[in-house]
Amino acid sequence: MNVKTVYRARHAMGRRVRGTALVANDGFSARYDLDRIAGVFSRPTHKLAGQSYVGRILVLDTAKGGVASAWMIHEMQSRGMAPLAFVFNSVNPILAQGAALGAVPMLAGFVADITAAIPNGAELEIDPQLGIVTVLG
Amino acid sequence: MLMKLNDEERDILAGKLGPVPQQALQHQIAVGDFFGAEDFVAVTQAHIMADTESLGDAGVRWLERMAAATEGRRRVCIPTITDPRGTDFSKAAYLGQTQSMLDLERRAIAAFVKLGVVMTDTCINYQTIQAPTRNEHLAFGDTGVVIYSNSICGARSNFEGGPSAVSAGLTGRTPRYGFHLSEHRRATIHFHVDFTPASLNDWGALGALIGRIAGNYWAVPVIEGIEGAPRSDQLKHFGAAMASFGSIALFHLVGITPEASRLSDVALPNLPTHRITRDDVAALQQSYRKDGKIDVVVFSAPQLSLFELRTLADLCDGKRFSVPMLAVTSPQVKPDADRMGFTARIEDAGGTVMSGMCFYQSYAREIAEAKGWKRLVTNSAKLVNILGGYGYQPMLESMEACVDAAVTGRLE
Repeated sequence: MNVKTVYRARHAMGRRVRGTALVANDGFSARYDLDRIAGVFSRPTHKLAGQSYVGRILVLDTAKGGVASAWMIHEMQSRGMAPLAFVFNSVNPILAQGAALGAVPMLAGFVADITAAIPNGAELEIDPQLGIVTVLG
Repeated sequence: MLMKLNDEERDILAGKLGPVPQQALQHQIAVGDFFGAEDFVAVTQAHIMADTESLGDAGVRWLERMAAATEGRRRVCIPTITDPRGTDFSKAAYLGQTQSMLDLERRAIAAFVKLGVVMTDTCINYQTIQAPTRNEHLAFGDTGVVIYSNSICGARSNFEGGPSAVSAGLTGRTPRYGFHLSEHRRATIHFHVDFTPASLNDWGALGALIGRIAGNYWAVPVIEGIEGAPRSDQLKHFGAAMASFGSIALFHLVGITPEASRLSDVALPNLPTHRITRDDVAALQQSYRKDGKIDVVVFSAPQLSLFELRTLADLCDGKRFSVPMLAVTSPQVKPDADRMGFTARIEDAGGTVMSGMCFYQSYAREIAEAKGWKRLVTNSAKLVNILGGYGYQPMLESMEACVDAAVTGRLE
């Protein structure tokens, strides 16, 4: 029987979802890091440069940069080009505001470094009501 | 819902004041609950970042739906102003901006005006509109505006993205968490700087290094070693870069900023300490440098003050540029720059002075493609940090070196 690993977050919002993790120990800003038309990380120095974030559960360290993400997540969602969920060690208010407007589930604040705990490509279930992320496999 | 509401807030949430403030409060509660806010705090001003590149059609429709409401309260109830827009309409053709970009911009402006928002279009409102006061609770957008208001003015604001700043304007309040609370304003990391920068790019680079090390929104740097009284423009670049590189919203300069007369006012003993040298600041700038041909010089982010434009005009006298040079300021400063002759002196050299926008908030990727601009030189550390993701090769130099590069078309 597979043993499912569960991590609990201090902060949570949104609906329950399942999907594939895209993981890096790096920051996130919709304006600074993304080509939002192509749906890929575009900042050359970002650890996920060139990779698509669309429909993935982004597991990253922290929110970076400016305030634009609050609108941009909503805009990406309107075109079906948003991440499925955010799982971060910490977030700033902008990412939370953007997740709230764009209806993207979000967890933040873990005891362990969540970017080290979750393998890239893992199948995850996010349950914001319980404040947990479960590694399914 | 976890937040405690007063009678007025319960009425708003029940829709008794109409659907517009109701929707705004619902959004604010979602954010407040996420961060564990106990209740709301009344705010006196709101500042909205809402360039149309960020909004997109979806964001503009969100605003238009609010502006089209016919029932209840439909206008902001506190002074609510705007960050730079996505264009300077008089320069849009020069920048290669398309009709659809301008149409979207006009729709956004029309919605904001219907909502009662004052279109100041500036990220230097603390220099030009109304400087915040100590302990004033605000709902400000633009990270540079927030970090300056918190740190230099001693006001209290979180980063409020556009949707939240609009909501705060409509409800007159914001969730009480983060930098509205005294316990979050104490320093978490200590820096000792062994020199005092002079140029704006050096101030920006120092802010960038501190932001990069401090590393996240909840960190509060306290800095010792700065001598004398820095000028507003220097602290503007310092804070804007720190906020950009680190998502930092508050810093303390011991003996300078209002909450830190002494280190012990804001810091417990034994905070983690970092030392930053002049060589560190030079190395950060060198890391962006690429000698050779350049495509464009940009002064922006934050918008230039009247005195930055005067200094730039002095440097432009007798020069002739071989590559485009853009200087971006606020709609409040531009008429003064025109009246004092600064605009004419910059444009006589071949430069272009724009207002009401900011370079990176104006479809920078599409401008690069339309104009063939890639190798960009600026004195703004914030701008070099942002533009890498937009496909530029940005370089950070002094204002003097930027002007020289605009003349020769090269960085040597």
